[in-house]
Parts: sequence; C-alpha cells; structure tokens
Amino acid sequence: MADGTAPRKLIFKILRYNPKVPGDRPRLQSYQLEEADGMTLFIALNEIRDKQDGSLAFDFVCRAGICGSCAMMIDGRPGLACRTLTKSLGAEITLAPLPVFELIADLSVDTGKWMRGMSERLETWVHLKEGEVDLRRIEERMDPDLAEEIFELDRCIECGCCVAGCGTARMREDFVGAVGLNKIARFRLDPRDTRSDEDFYELVGDDNGVFGCMSLLGCHDVCPKQLPLQTQIAFLRRKMVSQGMK
Amino acid sequence: MDTTQDVIAGVGLADRPRKSRWPARMDFAQSASGLVLALFMWGHMFFVSTILVSKDAMWTVTKFFEGYFVLGASYPGVVSVVVAGVLALIMLHAFLAMRKFPANYRQYRTFLGHRRLMAHEDTTLWWVQVVTGFLLFFMAAVHLYQMMMHPGAIGPYGSADRVWSGRWWPLYLVLLFAVELHGGVGLYRLCVKWGWLEGKDPAASRHRLKVAKWVLTVFFLALGLATLGAYMKIGHEHAARAGERYTPAWVVPNPQEKAP
Repeated sequence: MADGTAPRKLIFKILRYNPKVPGDRPRLQSYQLEEADGMTLFIALNEIRDKQDGSLAFDFVCRAGICGSCAMMIDGRPGLACRTLTKSLGAEITLAPLPVFELIADLSVDTGKWMRGMSERLETWVHLKEGEVDLRRIEERMDPDLAEEIFELDRCIECGCCVAGCGTARMREDFVGAVGLNKIARFRLDPRDTRSDEDFYELVGDDNGVFGCMSLLGCHDVCPKQLPLQTQIAFLRRKMVSQGMK
Repeated sequence: MDTTQDVIAGVGLADRPRKSRWPARMDFAQSASGLVLALFMWGHMFFVSTILVSKDAMWTVTKFFEGYFVLGASYPGVVSVVVAGVLALIMLHAFLAMRKFPANYRQYRTFLGHRRLMAHEDTTLWWVQVVTGFLLFFMAAVHLYQMMMHPGAIGPYGSADRVWSGRWWPLYLVLLFAVELHGGVGLYRLCVKWGWLEGKDPAASRHRLKVAKWVLTVFFLALGLATLGAYMKIGHEHAARAGERYTPAWVVPNPQEKAP
C-alpha cells in the first residue's frame, strides 16, 4: 500500500439470489480479495466479477456517484458502491441488494420502476398554467438564491438509499419515501409551478405521504448526496398540517 | 343505508375529489398530546420527588393540588379530575400512535430485520418507543385508575404504604423506565419531526438535542429511582401502621376536617 503497510485481505460476503431461477435460495457467498490503494466497492466488485465469478450481478453506470445505479446495502446500510472506499470498512464486508425495489438478481435491483411509479403518483414535474407552454418564449428570470435552493433539492439522483433506509417504507409499500417528499418540496419552491399547497396536500396529505413519515431519519443519515431531508420533510409537514387545518 | 356520505365512504371513495383533512389533524394531535403528556410526566416527577426533600414538602405539594391552601380544606376530587384528563389524553395519544405500529407479522418481521441490519440509533429509538408505548397502555392505566379512585390516599405515608405494603413498587419500577424512555425519545422526535430548535446547522442541533435527551433521561431515571427508593424505605418502616395518614407537626388539626 502507499503508506508501506501490507494490503488487507478483504472478505466479501455477497447475497446471491436470482428470483427468476426456479428453486434458487438466497445465500451469502464469500469472495477474497486483496485491497488496493483507493479501492472502492465498485472496483472490488468488478474485480470479483472479472477474475472470480462472472455470474455476479450488480449495476453501475457513472462510477462517480451521479447515476445512483450502484446503490446497495453495505454492511446493513444503504450506500453507493462507487462512493464507498473499502478502507472505510472492516476486513469483512457484507453486501446485499436494496430492499423495497424489485430484485433482478444478486445486488441488482430495478429502482426505475418504483421511481417512475412515485413520480407519476406525485406528478413530479412543473405544472404550468393550461395553454401557457410556449417554447419560443424566453424563460422568466429566477432569483439566483431561489434557483440555488431548488438546485440543492434537485441533486437527488433517485438511487433509492433513502427508501431502503426508511422504516416506514419498509413496512408500508405505498409510502412515497423521502425521495418523493423531497420532490414535492422542490416543486413547491419552483415559481413556475402553479400548484398551491392545497394541490400538494392532495398528493402527500395522508399516511402514505408526509404524515406517514415517523421521523426515524434513516433517509437523512444514509443519503449519499447529503440532501437536507430532515429539514425538508419537517417543513413540508408544517405546511401540510396548516393546509389540513384550514 | 343512512346517508350519502356513508355509502361514499363505505366503498372507499371518501377521498374524492378532495383528500380528507383528518390525517393532518391526527398527525398534529398525536404530537400535541405527546408533548403535553411528556411535560406532565416531568412535572409529575418533580412533584413526587419532593419526598426526597422531606415528608412535609411532599405533604405540602399534595395538599396544594387538593386545594388545601386556597380553599382552606382538601378536595381530593380535584386530583381525580386532573387524573381523568390525563387518562383521556393517554387514550387519545395511544389511539393516534397505534396507527404507526407494525400491523401484522410481515411488518413486524420486516421492521425488526431492518432495525437489526441498519443499526441506526433513531430507528432503534423508535422501536423502544413502540415497546414502551405498548407497556404504558397497561401500566399507566392501572396507576391512573388507582389515583383517580383514591386521590385522598396520596401523601407521604399513603403513597409509601401503597408502594411498599400495597406491593406497587414492581409496577412503578417498570413504569418509570417505560415512561421516561418513551417520553424522552418522544420529545427528541417531536423536535426533529417539526423542525424545532433546528437553527442554522440542523446536524449540530440534532446532535445537541440527542445529547440533551440522554442527559434528561438519565437525570429523570436517577431521580425516579431515588424517589421510588425513598417511598419504599418509608413504606417499609411504616408497614406496621399502614393506612395511617401523615400530618406535619406544624399543622393545627382542623376540627371540620377528619384528616388533612
């Protein structure tokens, strides 16, 4: 290693299971690997797949914490494989697929289907006034501070970590999760979106929405983008309660 | 059929076209009732712990709540009314909080697996609240019913006799841990849930809140254990004369009243 110490022997215990293979059973399979400088879980998994087991299934695209594809349970907590250095973990590392989402195989899950369902349900797009769409018109200026606030929430990469880390989402499959509530908070800020709190109440004003959140803050603590989920959900709760009291 | 509303709600269309406002009201009521109960719990602990100061101090607090110093005579019924209010508030809070409990085997299995795997403090603390909340359904109800029906038996000797000779101390021991853990975690959760005391740095505020929560929990547990121990000691010493009421030496017996 760069610091002159001998590299660690890492043991990866990886949950293997393919629901499409009849009779397949979930099991932990062990792999040994020598740690390298700057090794991430993404690098380690590729090395295992290239040199030890070509059948190991996992996802990745960007390798830079932007696409959200490589989210998985790392030693019990959701995280991005590409952003997790092996040196931050023990010598024995357990990897499992994200729960809640449809399992494809091993560490690979289909977050897209869930995210699309959530987006359609919460209508996570800017709602303009009817007939106002004019692609030739110059967009109205936005206050830079407000734009910053919106961009801050727009950094969500829909990796699914917040959903997998949420006790409510684990128990209640209709719960929209922090990702959904964060999106509502984002569109609520957007001056181009004509929806009022009354409209947002129709989307998240129930126990599948903001009132289902039990404030366990698993979402906030595991978000790989460090989004201010605690603050946003609390803010949304206050707004939706005051809307509900009207 | 009774009304149009019954038919519409009966087939699951009550939320059309406008979503019900009840989830918002229930969410608010759950937090509000929890806040009042938690603050009551702390106040209650301070009042009962006056026994650590002296029997006279505890007697004075008891009589104060019975209106003795204002009305000139003791009216334990006042305590009964307050206790009935607390019991009603607990029932409301329990009813609202139960919505969040796991509801079936799958949910229990999933949540417990999730808690173990995540090893996340706030998730575990929520489970502590579920377990202690469940215990409180029974233990708080038993205690409050006794207080509501026998408010006049509260006092340095009356309470101590109940704790020791009446064998209530095992219940109070478990109740103390259940209520302090439940209320302490609940107050912390209220702050993060509604964004109270968040300040400019929510992460630092949350850390401070959690430290404050544990300091307060340990303080009230220590105070509660010392208080329970004091009642047990007095009850043990007074066992032979259990049932006798305490009257401070400086109180001039009121001929109109049997026993202050």
